[in-house]
Amino acid sequence: MNTERSGAEILVESLVAKGVEFVFGYPGGAVLPIYDALFGEERIRHILVRHEAGAAHAAEGYARATGKPGVVLVTSGPGATNAVTGIADAFMDSIPLVVITGQVPTALIGTDAFQEADTVGLTRHCTKHNYLVKDPADLAGIVDEAFHIATAGRPGPVVIDIPKDVQIGLAHWNGRPPQRRTRYAPQTTAASADIAQAVAMIAAAERPIFYTGGGIINAGPAASRALREFQKLTGAPVTSTLMGLGAFPAGDPAWLGMLGMHGTYEANMAMNKADLIIALGARFDDRVTGRLDAFAPNSAKIHVDIDRASINKTVHVDLPIVGDCAVVLEQMIEAWLETGHTAVDQVEWYAHIDGWRARQSLSYPSRGQEIMPQKAIERLYELTRDRDPVISTEVGQHQMWAAQHFHFTGPNKWLTSGGLGTMGYGLPAAIGAQAGCPDSLVIDIAGDASIQMNIQEMGTATQYRLPVKVFVLNNEWMGMVRQWQELTYESRYSNSYSDSLPDFVKLAEAYGWKGIRITTMDELDAGIQAMIDHPGPVFVDCLVVKEANCFPMIPSGAAHTDMILYGDEVAGTMDDTAKALV
Amino acid sequence: MNCTTIEAEERHVLTITVDNEAGILAKIAGLFTARGYNIDSLTVADITDNHDLSRITIVTHGPPSIIDQIRAQLERLVPVHKVVDLTEVGPYIERELALIKVVGTGNIRVEALRVADIFRAKVVDTTTSSFVFELTGSPDKIDTFVALMKELGLVEVGRTGVVGMVRGKEAA
Repeated sequence: MNTERSGAEILVESLVAKGVEFVFGYPGGAVLPIYDALFGEERIRHILVRHEAGAAHAAEGYARATGKPGVVLVTSGPGATNAVTGIADAFMDSIPLVVITGQVPTALIGTDAFQEADTVGLTRHCTKHNYLVKDPADLAGIVDEAFHIATAGRPGPVVIDIPKDVQIGLAHWNGRPPQRRTRYAPQTTAASADIAQAVAMIAAAERPIFYTGGGIINAGPAASRALREFQKLTGAPVTSTLMGLGAFPAGDPAWLGMLGMHGTYEANMAMNKADLIIALGARFDDRVTGRLDAFAPNSAKIHVDIDRASINKTVHVDLPIVGDCAVVLEQMIEAWLETGHTAVDQVEWYAHIDGWRARQSLSYPSRGQEIMPQKAIERLYELTRDRDPVISTEVGQHQMWAAQHFHFTGPNKWLTSGGLGTMGYGLPAAIGAQAGCPDSLVIDIAGDASIQMNIQEMGTATQYRLPVKVFVLNNEWMGMVRQWQELTYESRYSNSYSDSLPDFVKLAEAYGWKGIRITTMDELDAGIQAMIDHPGPVFVDCLVVKEANCFPMIPSGAAHTDMILYGDEVAGTMDDTAKALV
Repeated sequence: MNCTTIEAEERHVLTITVDNEAGILAKIAGLFTARGYNIDSLTVADITDNHDLSRITIVTHGPPSIIDQIRAQLERLVPVHKVVDLTEVGPYIERELALIKVVGTGNIRVEALRVADIFRAKVVDTTTSSFVFELTGSPDKIDTFVALMKELGLVEVGRTGVVGMVRGKEAA
C-alpha cells in the first residue's frame, strides 16, 4: 500500500495505528474533512458530546479510568476555546490527552477569519506540547510523537492544530508508522546510589510516612502493587493526596486517609511529626502543605517524581530522585531485600497515630430524618462497594466528602479534578469512563451547583446508552463557597445560594434518564438501591442538610496542627493575610 | 528547610539550545512571565547550517532555589535540548553589542570621539554633528560607556543583550 491520501485520512489511519478506540468530539466548519473521513469508520467510535468542554473532560475520565490516552476532536475558534478548560485541567492533573483542533485554512491564519483563534498560542502554557501542522506530509509523524509525549514521562495534554487545507491536501502514505523522533526521552530509572541512600534512610527512620500522589496512579497498576509490597517491608503508614486515592487500599491498618486541607487529623498530624517523609509522585501542593514554614518541620524528605521541576519547587527535600514511581519502587524493594534491611520497630509511632485516630476527625453529628451529606456518601459506599465502582466528582464540598467517606482499594477508580478544581468535570468524566469500562458501575458524585456546569452531557449518555449514575448532594448552595463565607466573611452569603434550581428529576426524565429523589433517611438506602438496579442512566437528587460544613479543615494559612474539627468553635473572621490565600 | 527562608539573589546567565520551531520563543518567554521569573536580557538566533537549532541566552536573577526551578522548568519543555547555567559551570565569557548615537559639535564632539577611542568603540556612521558608535564588550563596559556619553550628547542606545560561552576547549 503506497498511495496519496488526504491529511484527514492520514490522521484517522494514524489514530487507528495508535490503538485509539474512542474520539470525544464535536464537529464544525474547520474539521469537516476529518468528520467526513470518520463517516462510516468502524475502527474508531466517535462520541458526540454536547459542549467541547464535555469532550475534553470525557477524554480525561476515559484516560484516568483505563490508563490509555484520551482523544478529543473539536473545531477551530470556539470549539478550541471551549476545550481549553479541559486541556488546562489535564495539564494540572497530568492526564494524557491528544486534542485535535481544526484551524482555518493556512492562507487565512492571522486575518481574523471566521471562527479563527490562535489555538497554539492559547494552549501554549496549558499543554505539554502543541503543534500547528503546515503540511499533510508531517501529520503521521506528529500524531506519533504527540501520543508519545502525552503518555511518556509526566503525562499531559498535547494539542495538534490542523488547518482545513492541510486536512484536504494530499500526502504520501505507506501505511507504516513513521520514524519516531527521539527528542523526548524522560528519565525513568533512578541512580543506584540514590536508591541505596533512600533505602538506608527509610530503614533508619523511627517515624516514617509514605506521602503518595497521582504519580502512583499515572505510573500504572504496577506502581500500586509495588507500593503495597514496599509498605509491607517497611511497615510505614501511608497517606495520599486527593489524586492518589486508591493507590493504597483504604482498609489497610497502615492507611491514614487523605492528607491536607480536608484530610484526616491522623494523616496531617503524622506528616507533622514524622522524622522521614517519602513523597512518591506527589508535588507538595498548597492544599497539602498548608502554611509552608510550619509544614513537616522536623522531617527528612525523600521525593520521587518523574518531573524534575516538581522537586524542590515549594518544599526543599533532602534526597531528590527523578524517575517513574513504579520503576523506582521496584528498585527500592530490590535494594531493601538485597541489603537485608528490617523495619525499625514502629510500635511507639503507631501508638501516637492511634491517639490521633481516636479523635475520629471524620465524625459528624446525626440529624434524625434529615440526611447528613457524609451519611449519604457512607451509604452509597456501603451499597456499591461489592461492585468496585468508578467514582467521578465535580468540585466542592461533595468532592471532599466523597474523598473522605468513599473508600478505594484500587487505582483508576477515582476520577476528580484536583489541581485546576473544575466544576463540571464529573458528569463528562463519568461518561468517558463508562465508554472505556462498559461493565463498571460509574457514579458521578455531584453537587447541585457543579452538576449544572455540564448538565447538557446527559444527552450524550442517553445517545450512547451509557448507564452512568449521577448522585447529587443537593443542599441548595454552592456549599464550599457558603462554608468559606460562613467561616471567613461573617456569614455574608454573597451569591452562593443556588436559586431557581431546576426539578432535577423532571430534567432527568426529559433527557430519557430515570430520576429519583431522596428526601429522608428512610428513603436513602432504597433510593440508592433503585439507582444501582436500573440498567440505564439515573439521576439521584438527594436532599441533604443545607448548612453542613466539610470538616476537618485546615484554614487558609494555618499549619497542619491547627485543624478545625466538627464541633469546634469557629470564628467568623480571618485576618487579611489569610483572606488573601485561596 | 522550606523555601520561605530568605535567600540572596544571584545573577545567572543561561544558554538554551532549542528546536528552531514556530512559537518556541513565546513559549520560553511566556514561561518566565507565567511563573514570575525575571528576564534581564534575552537573545536568540539559529546556530546550525540547516536552521534547525537555535541558541537562546537569558540573563536572569533570583535566589538559588528559583534559578534551579527555572532550569528544571526549561528542561522539561519538549523542544528544549539543553540548558547550561554558565554561572554554575565555571569561567565563561559574556559579550554584548551596542549601537550608541551621540549628537554634538565642537569640544563635546571631540571628547565623545576620544572616549570612544579609549573604549575601542568603532564609528559606524557619522554626520557633521553626530556619531553612531559600535561597542562590544561585557555589559558593565557598555553601561560605563553609555553613562559617559550622557554628558556628551547621547540621544539613542540599542543593545543586543548578552551572549555567553564557557572558556576553554570543551563545549558546554
